[in-house]
Amino acid sequence: MDYLLTEQQVMIRDLARQIAREKVKPVAAKYDESEEFAWEIVKILADSDIFGIYIPEAYGGLGGGVMELALATEELSRACGAIALSFAATALGTYPIILFGDEGQKKKFLPDIAKGKRLASFCITEAEAGSDAGSIKTTAKAEGGHYILNGTKQWITNAGEAEVYTVIAMTDKSKGARGASAFIVEKGTRGLEFGKKEKKLGIRASATREVIFTDCRIPKENILAKEGMGFIVAMRTFDNSRPGVAAQAVGIAQGALDLAVGYAKSRKQFGQSISSFQGIQFMLADMATEIEAARALVYATARMVDSGAKDIAKASAMSKLYASDVAMKVAVDAVQIFGGYGYMRDYPIEKFMRDAKITQIYEGTNQIQRNIIASNLIKESLK
Amino acid sequence: MHIIVCIKQVPNTTNVRIDPATNTLIRAGVESVINPFDMYAMEEGVRLKERLTGKVTVITMGPPQAESALREAISMGCDDAILVSDRKFAGSDTWATSYTLAQAIRKIGAFDCVICGKQASDGDTAQVGPGISTHLDIPQVTYVKKIEEISKEKARVERMTEEGFDIIETPLPCLFTVVKEINTPRLASLKGKMRAKSCEVVKWTADDIGCDPKNIGLDGSPTRVVKIFTPPPRKGGEIIKGNDAGETAEKLAEALKSFVI
Repeated sequence: MDYLLTEQQVMIRDLARQIAREKVKPVAAKYDESEEFAWEIVKILADSDIFGIYIPEAYGGLGGGVMELALATEELSRACGAIALSFAATALGTYPIILFGDEGQKKKFLPDIAKGKRLASFCITEAEAGSDAGSIKTTAKAEGGHYILNGTKQWITNAGEAEVYTVIAMTDKSKGARGASAFIVEKGTRGLEFGKKEKKLGIRASATREVIFTDCRIPKENILAKEGMGFIVAMRTFDNSRPGVAAQAVGIAQGALDLAVGYAKSRKQFGQSISSFQGIQFMLADMATEIEAARALVYATARMVDSGAKDIAKASAMSKLYASDVAMKVAVDAVQIFGGYGYMRDYPIEKFMRDAKITQIYEGTNQIQRNIIASNLIKESLK
Repeated sequence: MHIIVCIKQVPNTTNVRIDPATNTLIRAGVESVINPFDMYAMEEGVRLKERLTGKVTVITMGPPQAESALREAISMGCDDAILVSDRKFAGSDTWATSYTLAQAIRKIGAFDCVICGKQASDGDTAQVGPGISTHLDIPQVTYVKKIEEISKEKARVERMTEEGFDIIETPLPCLFTVVKEINTPRLASLKGKMRAKSCEVVKWTADDIGCDPKNIGLDGSPTRVVKIFTPPPRKGGEIIKGNDAGETAEKLAEALKSFVI
């Protein structure tokens, strides 16, 4: 399908595809097994300017938007959803600065992120604050020219590896959701520590750790927007980043389909390739159709976000919901096509099934996405 | 430091076919790429630039479409690109080609080193690099696998040999031809690709670089290709067997004697 990409978008897609095929694919299984962070790939992405594609040119980026982010994330995820996440999660941690940072904050942080010299990470989730982000317990207390952060963030992607953390913490608990604020915390700040690396079902090459704040003192100018804006920062960030997760899902699904088609052609049973059986053909046809539908929705949403449209929450939620459900279904079917081989870890396909699952869970579970879609539907009907 | 890298556009295959009627390579329908060995030369040039500051000028002699190879070189970090192209160059052998490239390099002016791939994947002669250095009257080190130290005045490099490597110290300017062991070429960057699209490729003709007409093209090429052919596949050897080791040795000795003139 032709999505009428711009010349620059084609360039980004092709380069990301080349990196995925030549550099990521050969090492994906190794990093999945060792659960190490793929710094060698991060270096390649940095040298290729990929980290700057969605960052404004004024701050050293290439001036693209969510669409460019989606294209690169999709292509990288086709080879490895976990390694792609080191890039995509940096975007999630960077969007609060792009969207709400003042000139000084943008100048200080964006150029290094655009160059890939520093990775970023977004910290909102806590042990008792997942879908219910309103029950965040981490606090930020103003004191003189500083804020003092206390609390523990959980399951933070890129934690420990990233150098720039955007953190949602409560500045005024009595105000509930309106008492949350967003901050930038740099690695190396006293009182910022990391918990042990989590062992996960999938995306195992991605680093997931606790981020622990103990009387962590940061300068006052590190607040994003102003006190009380924390949830708005978080929601607007998610509106921009969800198409990225959706693109990761599309990439994982496409990668699984690529493998399934290849295997179906080469696997012989009853004297012929199993791809000649209608049962397999129908599965492949459904997988391909659903992936294309998901991709079309993701690209349409990404373009809508980039156009500056205001009400993007519903479309953004739809793209994440649909693409991740497609990724899971396609990955399960791809394992099925591989049969017994598909269940073996010597074959690459089971990893896609493990990696796909997270896309239905993080950056808002798909149940939360449905809440967002429904509440917007109802709100629209009242207009 | 000013580094000049010479590249060649070649057909994207190591298994080129030869037209039996004309004894030349069949290029139709074959995609053109930068000679793989030249990728290492470019990468080394760009690395030297990054280490020591300066610039990399990439140069190629070829038909107008070789411009795409130069643009690819820019996307990988080279700074300036020069295409030496003229119908008069048609039929150049390695002597005429290295003369022509040397003339172009003279026109570029001051430089500290020239880097070439060890050979091109189509002709496989490995003569143009050394030829350029001879025409320029500068030292050459071939099959370089590592540049250990380099300054404006001299360089210490490792030259690969069949058994190991030599360590060679040479004054600069010097010409190096490099082997694939020297580095891993990077992928193009997006900013490089964008620069490659818009940058200017300088185009020079035979007259621009002051070539003596006697020395270029077919007339300037002392090489005469009499015949190009694919050698017949090697036949299997003969296995000599006897009833025991003694008899086998005897038979072998007899067989060997027949070779002694």
